[in-house]
Amino acid sequence: MAARITASVFTSHVPAIGAAMDLGKSREDYWKPVFAGYDFSKQWMKDNKPDVIFLVFNDHATAFSLDMIPTFAIGTAAEFQPADEGWGPRPVPKVVGHPDLASHIAQSVIQQDFDLTIVNKMDVDHGLTVPLSLMCGELDPQKDAWPCPVIPFAVNVVQYPVPSGRRCFMLGQAIRKAVESYDEDINVHIWGTGGMSHQLQGARAGLINSEWDNAWLDQLINEPVACADTPHIDYVREAGSEGIELVMWLIARGAMSDIVDGKAQGPAPTLKHRFYHVPASNTAVGHLILENA
Amino acid sequence: MSLEKPYLDVPGTIIFDAEQSRKGYWLNQFCMSLMKAENRERFKADERAYLDEWSMTDEQKQAVLARDLNWCMRTGGNIYFLAKIGATDGKSFQQMAGSMTGMTETEYRDMMIQGGRSVEGNRFVGENGDAQAQNQPQGKH
Repeated sequence: MAARITASVFTSHVPAIGAAMDLGKSREDYWKPVFAGYDFSKQWMKDNKPDVIFLVFNDHATAFSLDMIPTFAIGTAAEFQPADEGWGPRPVPKVVGHPDLASHIAQSVIQQDFDLTIVNKMDVDHGLTVPLSLMCGELDPQKDAWPCPVIPFAVNVVQYPVPSGRRCFMLGQAIRKAVESYDEDINVHIWGTGGMSHQLQGARAGLINSEWDNAWLDQLINEPVACADTPHIDYVREAGSEGIELVMWLIARGAMSDIVDGKAQGPAPTLKHRFYHVPASNTAVGHLILENA
Repeated sequence: MSLEKPYLDVPGTIIFDAEQSRKGYWLNQFCMSLMKAENRERFKADERAYLDEWSMTDEQKQAVLARDLNWCMRTGGNIYFLAKIGATDGKSFQQMAGSMTGMTETEYRDMMIQGGRSVEGNRFVGENGDAQAQNQPQGKH
């Protein structure tokens, strides 16, 4: 009897997507194609409801100011409130954590030589709540709840240097090992969020490189080890300064069961869904669902 | 031995590294304060007085008052932090990003709907893409 990771979900976490849902704009022509890409996913979530979601995201200057900048931070609290990012908090349910599994993962992963910051109190921003909204649909903040507990895992991709894709990929393997050593028969999904082409700053704002994004998605699915070796500068040059968020997808990919001792040598995961769309606000939206074979 | 900074030759791009972070510490901390509704109200009531409560340089204050995000970034601001100013002003992230390009809001939005800015000519400083210094300001207006 042990916990296991059965699937990974990958998605962009554009703040405007949350705003579109919260302001009732999701049926407008601009947004329709974005949400259509998640119709399959919402049904899949219902049919494959996990017991816990391990959600890798980046904090956008919300829980962490420049006072403290942890490279990897795991949320071990019992609950996390949606943050006020300057517009007021999103009207979504509070996020219920899983302190027991989170603490277990923290201990195991640190013993595997990764330094995690343990966070017992933080608010969570759109990086975490938008993927949940995309996968679970619109929920009433008071009457409804997210389908299961969520362990927030924040990665610094704001202040350079940010962790390499290779290190994120190795971290994913350590997280799987940690989950598999938890003595409870539960089913865990690991989500990697953020990213795809976007640049939010300067004269180059609005950069979109669909060709590079799609080649990267192909590689993430089929040649994850090579994908993990993509240097930082390639993300910046080819996919924009904020395209660097994609390194977080490599944590989820590294946690899949075909990755053994850093190599892809088990049965490949099944691609259940793939979606790509331009634009949502300033970015390309990418989305994948992989199930372990 | 100097640190490796391969990102200095990307046009129209300031990578927020430790050097920028040190320069922009108080500017970015001011931005963080706008996550509280009461601080947003105080800032809106008297911007200059509120900015004067922070150990920012005068140039940083000027850049904020001018809502010139490129200028804010040159003085150490980071876009994720600066977004709190835009949020306080009721601006969308697209309006904020667009404001940094020299294009009108409509021009920028249209560019995104048509697939976004091309990477061609915009990978390295010295090429001839639309984000290169010699092609600034952008926009037809």
